[in-house]
Amino acid sequence: MTIQDFLQIALFIALLIGLTPIMGNFMSKVFNGEKHFMLPVLGWLERLTYKFIRINPDEETNWKSYTFGLLAFNLAGFLFLFLIQVFQAYLPLNPANLTNVSWHSAFNTAVSFMTNTNWQGYAGETTMSYFVQMIGLAVQNFVSAATGIAVVIALIRGISRKSTDKIGNFWTDLTRATLYILLPLSILFAVVLVSQGVVQNFNSYETVQTLQGTQQVLPMGPAASQIAIKQLGTNGGGFFNANAAHPFENPTPFSNFLQILAIFIIPAGLTYTYGRFVKSSRQGWTIFAAMMILFLAGLGISLYAEYSANPIFGNLPLMEGKETRFGITNSVLFSVVTTDASCGAVNAMHDSLSPFSGMVAMINMMLGEIIFGGVGAGLYGMVVFIILTVFIAGLMVGRTPEYLGKKIEAFEVKMAIIANLSTSFVILVFTAWASVSSYGLSSLNNAGPHGFSEILYAYSSAAGNNGSAFAGLNANTLFYNLTLGIGMLIGRFGVIIPILAIAGSLASKKTTPPSLGTFRTDNWLFIGLLISVILIVGGLTYFPALSLGPVVEHFLMNSAITF
Amino acid sequence: MSTKHKTSLFNKKIVLQAAADSINKLNPVSLIKNPVIFIVGIGAVLTTFVVFAGIFQQAFSSFNLQIAIWLWFTVLFANFSEAIAEGRGKAQADTLRKNRTQTKARKLEGKQEFSIFATELKKGDIVVCETGDVIPSDGEVIEGVASVDESAITGESAPVIRESGGDRSAVTGGTKVISDRILVQITSEPGNTFIDRMISLVEGAKRQKTPNEIALSILLSGLSIIFLLAVVTLPAFFHYGLTASGLSLTQNLSLPVLIALLVCLIPTTIGGLLSAIGISGMDRLLQRNVIATSGRAIEAAGDVDVLLLDKTGTITLGNRMATDFIPAENVSIEKLADAAQLSSLSDETPEGRSIVILAKEKFNIRGREVHEMNAVFIPFTAQSRMSGVDLKTEGGHVQQIRKGSSEAIKTFILNNNGFYPQKIQEIVSELAQQGATPLVVAEDNKVLGVIHLKDIVKGGIKQRFAELRKMGIKTVMITGDNSLTAAAIAAEAGVDDFMAEAKPEDKLRRIREEQANGHLVGMIGDGTNDAPALAQADIGIAMNSGTQAAREAGNMVDLDSNPTKLIEVVEVGKQLLMTRGALTTFSIANDVAKYFAIIPAIAISLYSGKTGIGPLSALNIMNLGSPQSAILSAVVFNALIIMLLVPLALKGVRYRPVSANQALMRNLLIFGLGGLIAPFAGIKIIDILINL
Repeated sequence: MTIQDFLQIALFIALLIGLTPIMGNFMSKVFNGEKHFMLPVLGWLERLTYKFIRINPDEETNWKSYTFGLLAFNLAGFLFLFLIQVFQAYLPLNPANLTNVSWHSAFNTAVSFMTNTNWQGYAGETTMSYFVQMIGLAVQNFVSAATGIAVVIALIRGISRKSTDKIGNFWTDLTRATLYILLPLSILFAVVLVSQGVVQNFNSYETVQTLQGTQQVLPMGPAASQIAIKQLGTNGGGFFNANAAHPFENPTPFSNFLQILAIFIIPAGLTYTYGRFVKSSRQGWTIFAAMMILFLAGLGISLYAEYSANPIFGNLPLMEGKETRFGITNSVLFSVVTTDASCGAVNAMHDSLSPFSGMVAMINMMLGEIIFGGVGAGLYGMVVFIILTVFIAGLMVGRTPEYLGKKIEAFEVKMAIIANLSTSFVILVFTAWASVSSYGLSSLNNAGPHGFSEILYAYSSAAGNNGSAFAGLNANTLFYNLTLGIGMLIGRFGVIIPILAIAGSLASKKTTPPSLGTFRTDNWLFIGLLISVILIVGGLTYFPALSLGPVVEHFLMNSAITF
Repeated sequence: MSTKHKTSLFNKKIVLQAAADSINKLNPVSLIKNPVIFIVGIGAVLTTFVVFAGIFQQAFSSFNLQIAIWLWFTVLFANFSEAIAEGRGKAQADTLRKNRTQTKARKLEGKQEFSIFATELKKGDIVVCETGDVIPSDGEVIEGVASVDESAITGESAPVIRESGGDRSAVTGGTKVISDRILVQITSEPGNTFIDRMISLVEGAKRQKTPNEIALSILLSGLSIIFLLAVVTLPAFFHYGLTASGLSLTQNLSLPVLIALLVCLIPTTIGGLLSAIGISGMDRLLQRNVIATSGRAIEAAGDVDVLLLDKTGTITLGNRMATDFIPAENVSIEKLADAAQLSSLSDETPEGRSIVILAKEKFNIRGREVHEMNAVFIPFTAQSRMSGVDLKTEGGHVQQIRKGSSEAIKTFILNNNGFYPQKIQEIVSELAQQGATPLVVAEDNKVLGVIHLKDIVKGGIKQRFAELRKMGIKTVMITGDNSLTAAAIAAEAGVDDFMAEAKPEDKLRRIREEQANGHLVGMIGDGTNDAPALAQADIGIAMNSGTQAAREAGNMVDLDSNPTKLIEVVEVGKQLLMTRGALTTFSIANDVAKYFAIIPAIAISLYSGKTGIGPLSALNIMNLGSPQSAILSAVVFNALIIMLLVPLALKGVRYRPVSANQALMRNLLIFGLGGLIAPFAGIKIIDILINL
């Protein structure tokens, strides 16, 4: 690594730390209904929206109604997206005359975009019309991200309120997240991306003569607007199949840097919002610090593995699957950030990463996308681990465990366990199924432990709602479309529903004022504890699977054995 | 109950009984109450089945047999820990039962007396108890006064007075009247008396899981399910690995190996010890002579962060004591002390005795016998509000010495045509301002000076409160004194807050206020008028000497009737929760080492090529002898650690009054870090022994 590499990573971290309070402050104003600078600009649109969908924005509901609204909204989004795909040939804005999408692929894609996963079993430019991309996929990019933010805001309200059953209004939260946070940032970001050379047009695909004299079809389309939200909303679904490795999606090192930063700014900002809501910014920074340490640890291991000597390739830098305009550091940074944050956009092929770099990406997803994580999803996933940590360690101070004055009792523990179980169920059971069945194994392009890693990666990506892939796996089959789709649903709603239940339960509790006898959750000791619980619980669950995939592959690689 | 002679941790009889019980507890109906150990039980059955199937197929595997044996031991050890905790309670219950022989009751109907069995008594019946009678059931004295031997329940041999009306009217079934005659109205239904409840509680028969225990069980079951998923999916992963390595699928993981892995991963340590911890928490309270009506109460005790403490008896010694003599002008201090002592010689009140003692200590004035001096003792009456002595001197003159409140003495002096000095008035009001009680001493028509009577704060109590503060517990002193006095004592004792001129309603209101602010309140009380507050408090400890109403309202009874007990109860509660947390942490931290023992062992053949030793053997960082010894060592360690931790579960982790952060730090180092490292050493040692 060069000094520039280190400087760039340092700059990235510095900007992230700097932007966190700014974003966090703004978001807490938006969701607290306070005055903020976007209100004069877009307030009319918000009021119009409420009038149109006929809701009273100030009428708050209990957690069950909140959950019901959320599920109904997501179901509607899923059905719409499913239908426009299977009938896209009859719909407008289809200059490439693409045919109808198969039902199982459409199911997979609809689930994928509705759950903020953006797993793509298809190639964008040869499958989806501009209509589906814009009216379907791009819309879900916004609202699936807004859904995640709404859930975490409801959870924060639950934690910070006392003796009430109200945790907010789903429609209000959804509208505000979309209008004031995602929309303005996306527009701004899209304009910057266009300045860097990202395409934004409705032209049909162009055919050009290459320097070698062959013909090449260059895909076109309204890419910049979708790329902006796919990064900001940690969606990750590429406009083109090559995703952020494609020169029309991610043309320059500068656009690359901004795209990486864009993935983290909302999830990081939400930790500050959290601190504002619970009236202790230390609490927010504590979570931020735990996330940052896990991020840096992953990045360190990944960089080390990628720069290490590989005997098979004569100890040269490993450039397979990477873009020369980004190089190793930027590719690794992107891969760690995108898997930390359930984004799933990629600027290099993860399939070609060294075994340990690939393992870092997998662990990031297996832990439940909590290292900054998906917008909203990362923080609420982290709260699941906080509850487990507080419960296990909190007993050791000799009191019923409590977090921010709220007693953590049987119900919260049960819900946290269900949330945790959802992810591990999807990853372990589906991977086991795929690795013994002919329809699972027939999609593999690689033999040996790497093939196993491809399957494991796919289900980790689905369960964590990440969406990135070890591209070696042909996932556009009936089996993978269905199991991955189901995996995404369980990974999303198997966490959201318990989280909202926790929000409701905590909101109804009294708050115990802190004293010297209170288990502190805002110091380094707690950060260390939280990280230990995450690594031990997560590690214990996946250690056997990982050792049969990337770990054994690593040892084999060092003995120069390939398959 | 014989709590005075503590049951030692491992008494031979109890251990033998517990060993037998641990086999009885293999009954699936009782085993399923503990999901984690139930899973181990199923694993043991399946492994045993595999062993026998092997014998019938002429393919006996001694490895499988050893796994099966150690799995059974794991279950038995867990059962043993519970049985031994229960056994210690049972020993106490048996002592109780002996005291409750088939008692006859003398039931009163109208004026007629009938002799019936105590068990036939109903609530509301009235019985007569005379010298030598055993009180047949719990009740309230409605007539008479008697001294009662309560050693059967308190272990205290000194008899106590029980009388109708007032706060000392409750009597307990099984205790014995030593003198006099009382009429007792029965207040509890048969089979539900205090002793019955005590027996069932200490025996653990009615033991229900406490809220925190339930939450912890959910966590442990959840973790077990997660590890179950990790283990049942492993053969599929191996299926892939074996195929990719070109190995035969018959080499896939066997059932005993999978079960061994599962049992090592699920939290058997805490799962096995969980109920022992709960039962022994109850037991530790009993050793302090406190009976909780539910395990929930002990847990809540750990959470209490506000303590309401009565001043008298808890913070101060029950009575005021003389601490100083302040003479009037032109009076020597010896003269004052002498007069004060004379006036108090026959005064049997604690205050009076303290004056005699002070005079003796300070001026070496010996106590004299009043009747030898031709003296007549003038007792305190509500009208005169003073006491003293009349001495006949040689001249036939009667010397009148009096002590009393300043108003009473002033009247006495003025009646004797004396002069009441302004200076004395000043001293009196100054002392009152300091929270003390001034007593003025006069001889005939002359004021001699003032005795400084003071509330004596108990030794060491200030330090105790400082400890509580460190633990984040706020102390509030409750007193009927005026706020000046209260403030002075509060400052001296170092309580955080006080309530002066407090009436029972004020206590109740204060508890509600604290609770509304999210605090958990503990209090101790004895009177009937304390009952509402005791019921409202999260922890209400009734004194055994108190009324039946108070005992019903609280959720604990202190047999020693010692108000400072509240603090000990809080400590027991905290210790209970700490022990649970510490062993949970230990249990989970243990898993890391077990993985490093088992995974390389079971995956040794994968991708091994011709050597037979695959790349994953690099994970064998403990350098264990063979794959089989590695698995066996982990299982053996897993079983033995339960046994090794039984004493800790019964005694509880060491408790120190420190802040939450310090307690956490300490426990984390011992049980977190220790739990991470210990199994590496333990498994390695067992492996060396196996391979000898």
